[in-house]
Amino acid sequence: MAKLIEGATGSWEVVIGMEVHAQVSSNAKLFSGASATYGAEPNSQVSFVDAAMPGMLPVINEECVRQAVRTGLALGAQINLYSVFDRKNYFYADLPQGYQISQFKHPIVGHGRIMIEVEGETREVGITRLHLEQDAGKSLHDQHPSLTYVDLNRSGVALMEIVSEPDMRSSEEAGAYLKKLRTILRYIGSCDGNMEEGSMRADVNVSVRRPGEPLGTRCEIKNVNSVRFLQQAIEYEARRQIDIIEDGGKIDQETRLFDAAKGETRSMRSKEEAHDYRYFPDPDLMPLKLAQAWVDKVAKTLPELPDAKRDRFVADLGLTPYNASVLVAEKESAAYFEAVLAELTAVSGKPAREVATQVANWVVGDLFGALNKAGKSIENSPVSAHNFAQLQKLMVDGQISGRIAKEVFEHMLATGDEPAKIVAEKGLVQVSDSGAIAAIIDEVLAENADKVAEYRSGKDKLFGFFVGQVMKKTQGKANPQLVNEALKAKLSA
Amino acid sequence: MSIDLATVRRIAHLARIDIDDAALAPMAGELNQILSWVEQLAQVNTDGVPPLTSVVDAELPRRADVVTDGGYPEDVLANAPQAEHGFFAVPKVIE
Amino acid sequence: MSDFLALTLAEARDGLRRRDFTARELADAYIEAMAAARALNAYCAETPEQALAMAAAADQALAAGNAGPLAGIPLGIKDLFCTKDVLSQASSRILEGFKPRYESTVTANLWRDGAVMLGKTAMDEFAMGSSTETAVTGPVTNPWRGEGSNKNLVPGGSSGGSSAAVAAKIALGATGTDTGGSIRQPAAFTGTVGIKPTYGRCSRWGIIAFASSLDQAGPIARTVRDAAILLKSMAGHDPKDSTSINAPVPDFEAALSGDIRGLKVGIPKEYHTTQMPAEIEALWQQGIAWLKDAGAKIVDVSLPHTQYALATYYIVAPAEASSNLARYDGVRYGLRVNNGGGLNDMYAKTRAAGFGKEVKRRILIGTYVLSAGYYDAYYLKAQQVRTLIARDFTEAFKTVDVLLTPTAPSSAFGIGETTDPIAMYLNDVFTVPASLAGLPAMSLPAGLDKAGLPLGLQLIGKVLDEETVIKVGGVIERAAGFAAAPKPWWRS
Ligand SMILES: [Mg+2]
Ligand SMILES: [Zn+2]
Repeated sequence: MAKLIEGATGSWEVVIGMEVHAQVSSNAKLFSGASATYGAEPNSQVSFVDAAMPGMLPVINEECVRQAVRTGLALGAQINLYSVFDRKNYFYADLPQGYQISQFKHPIVGHGRIMIEVEGETREVGITRLHLEQDAGKSLHDQHPSLTYVDLNRSGVALMEIVSEPDMRSSEEAGAYLKKLRTILRYIGSCDGNMEEGSMRADVNVSVRRPGEPLGTRCEIKNVNSVRFLQQAIEYEARRQIDIIEDGGKIDQETRLFDAAKGETRSMRSKEEAHDYRYFPDPDLMPLKLAQAWVDKVAKTLPELPDAKRDRFVADLGLTPYNASVLVAEKESAAYFEAVLAELTAVSGKPAREVATQVANWVVGDLFGALNKAGKSIENSPVSAHNFAQLQKLMVDGQISGRIAKEVFEHMLATGDEPAKIVAEKGLVQVSDSGAIAAIIDEVLAENADKVAEYRSGKDKLFGFFVGQVMKKTQGKANPQLVNEALKAKLSA
Repeated sequence: MSIDLATVRRIAHLARIDIDDAALAPMAGELNQILSWVEQLAQVNTDGVPPLTSVVDAELPRRADVVTDGGYPEDVLANAPQAEHGFFAVPKVIE
Repeated sequence: MSDFLALTLAEARDGLRRRDFTARELADAYIEAMAAARALNAYCAETPEQALAMAAAADQALAAGNAGPLAGIPLGIKDLFCTKDVLSQASSRILEGFKPRYESTVTANLWRDGAVMLGKTAMDEFAMGSSTETAVTGPVTNPWRGEGSNKNLVPGGSSGGSSAAVAAKIALGATGTDTGGSIRQPAAFTGTVGIKPTYGRCSRWGIIAFASSLDQAGPIARTVRDAAILLKSMAGHDPKDSTSINAPVPDFEAALSGDIRGLKVGIPKEYHTTQMPAEIEALWQQGIAWLKDAGAKIVDVSLPHTQYALATYYIVAPAEASSNLARYDGVRYGLRVNNGGGLNDMYAKTRAAGFGKEVKRRILIGTYVLSAGYYDAYYLKAQQVRTLIARDFTEAFKTVDVLLTPTAPSSAFGIGETTDPIAMYLNDVFTVPASLAGLPAMSLPAGLDKAGLPLGLQLIGKVLDEETVIKVGGVIERAAGFAAAPKPWWRS
């Protein structure tokens, strides 16, 4: 069900497509041996090739090819065994060659798809293509009143441009698409997904139309670098376009910028000349030919992908779809959960399916809640997967109650200590001695003779009160199951 | 196909070569002379003929993903008409 | 001293090895001759200090018995080659003052083998031309003059500084580059030998690009043997150039067996153009007769798309050039013209001032044929015709081992005489087809015309078969007995 936007004259549908530039995780650049790492001194990670010195020539980095193919495979896409590198010609200070080596007519990856989930509904977003290309350098316009400074460190870094079909119909879907794409890239390790450092940048195409009508004129919003900004930009832009059309105006196809400070998009300086990139095959590079056998070998290096993992968590482990989706959203979360589960099943001897839900609830609820509050990520969680598994084991074995476990967990978050140590130091071991429990129950019943009488005359609800009193007297350490059983027996005696 | 002055101006702008207004017409003449000469290729039947992509009949060689280059900013900047604080310096883009 | 200058490269090499004279003596002689020949304008930068240092190193290696094959051989290097810390300008104003911090692979190979750099030789700006009149340092003059004439002639182009230097004996050999004939045509105009090897035989790394799919380095020398010796050192696989061919480099000198009995030599009928002067047609027939006498079999072949080669070339080469020359933008090296008008203005003013007329013309043609709406009609069409031209050669080489043609449709013409661009382009009519197909080809002097100016014949070989070209060249060279030399009118 497409989400519609209400205008003054009726409903509108927003149509969104996206081009994402994702930096390939590689040591060296796409066509040179200079380092591709982020944040070095200006022009220190620049070879003569990257600076487009006269006579310099490109030689392709095999790892970038491999990662593009892995990404294509992870997107369920067609891998093109024949692809061509073209030159895209234009002048800019941070484009030293005067052209970008890219792929135009014959990209390395063709049609694929990404499944997104919004408000419990799953939708498919088509991938048009993925191609490899060089990044440009960086222009700094604010360092000097009349000069622009140029740093070529990023010049030549490998990018994958991943182009979607115009299949998205709301800012939420666009956000879900970008997040899902990021998840997949990070699962397979072809891009670190670091949007702050610019490892992923989105160009978004937005148009609006009356439901059922042909596509409207689109505007492209350049270089959006967070999911939040993406959604803000789309919402602003859709509203802007609807207002123009409803006022009798026309949308100009143009490139716009998102101003994060103002939360609005604005037109980039209008270009008097339309771009004419004069693409042609780069004569310095022959066509890239891949062997199917090599692609098959590369396919074997792919890890389990998030959708498959989520389905397995639901089908095999009995997790709720919600928990499963949350756990697979980051590969580190899924890895943490799976590490805890593996250790717990090994040390407790229980089948995974029997304990998975408990672990999932704890990871998604308690751990993620605590990490969120502390502003930490799972990689720097104070509670290691091993300690977390040990805590779960104490519960599974009945050595501590769920309530005690929460207390132990608080200490673990604060200290990073092993749960067994905390339980021993604080004397939190569960009381499972039926004699001791019986004695305490007797005490409670004796102290509350009036309530016992009320209970026996039919006020069943008081049972919880007696449980609470017993737990209170044992500082929560009494085995709740034993307390329940013994209380029932005594009260009905 | 014949090139008019507006086209010469457009190409010159694409190529970022300043041409005086007075030089536009002679340039258009020269370009038209060359273009009408190369148009003889229209006579050749090329139906189904693939364009030549490379005379080298070999696989595209691939480099290992190892950092082997860079790390010499002084050499990169050595010939720069203007460099400041380790950056190339260029006139600002005027909108 | 002038005895040294009379030696061929092979003779000098052998003399150095026998310690008949030193590399230093040889270098001194050439430095002196180079300085005395400034009237020719062949060198755009002289590097006598480098030459002496390299000669000293060669003498040491010769004494130590570990000298490379070119130890002590003084060479001129075309200005298109980037040479470390030495001005490398492609004879263009736009690269004013450019001193690369790197050495081209081909020149590095020559220095590895012990060669000595005398200086950089002038060329048509960015290798775009057939006369070496467009160098920013001024036109180069051909050492040859017509019998009884004082008229200054062009040395051919674009490697005209190299061809003039070799012909004037102010270099023992020189590097050239050939995109559509820029080694072979100047060799023909100066009575020297020039080889354009198979595309990919010599690395393009560090050679300032003109048209990447065509550019190829090669030697210009006095004899076929000298050219073979130089080519051996220049060639070789280079992992820094993706289009470099990974194949062993044969001992080209050893190919000079002189035995061509039974070899099949193709004569492409389409090269008999109506405009060809009778003298050149006659020289070609003479070449055929020499080869027949030596036991070769002459076979008439057809290369039906020959007439379209020039037009194809003048689309493909400018298209690639328009992109290759985009990097000359005043940002990282070379000329910058800044009138305070912002970045785009700086680009346009810099490129207007930095590029000469012919370079601008080609950039504009190249920009146009790649632009939206014209790509298919021009660039794609030309690349399709190029396929047909390459197929013509493949077909012909099914029946013959090598092709014999004239090198150029005329002998050297006067400086300033050819002003029409297309008339200038026609100089390459016989050399361009092999360039488009990436085939090895050589020009060697075979005779003089009525005016006493040298004329060349061209041999075209199969891919990677420079050896047959060299072997047949050696036979023609011996039969022709070309001994004429220009009178040293330029010596000051
Ligand atoms: Mg794009
Ligand atoms: Zn892109």
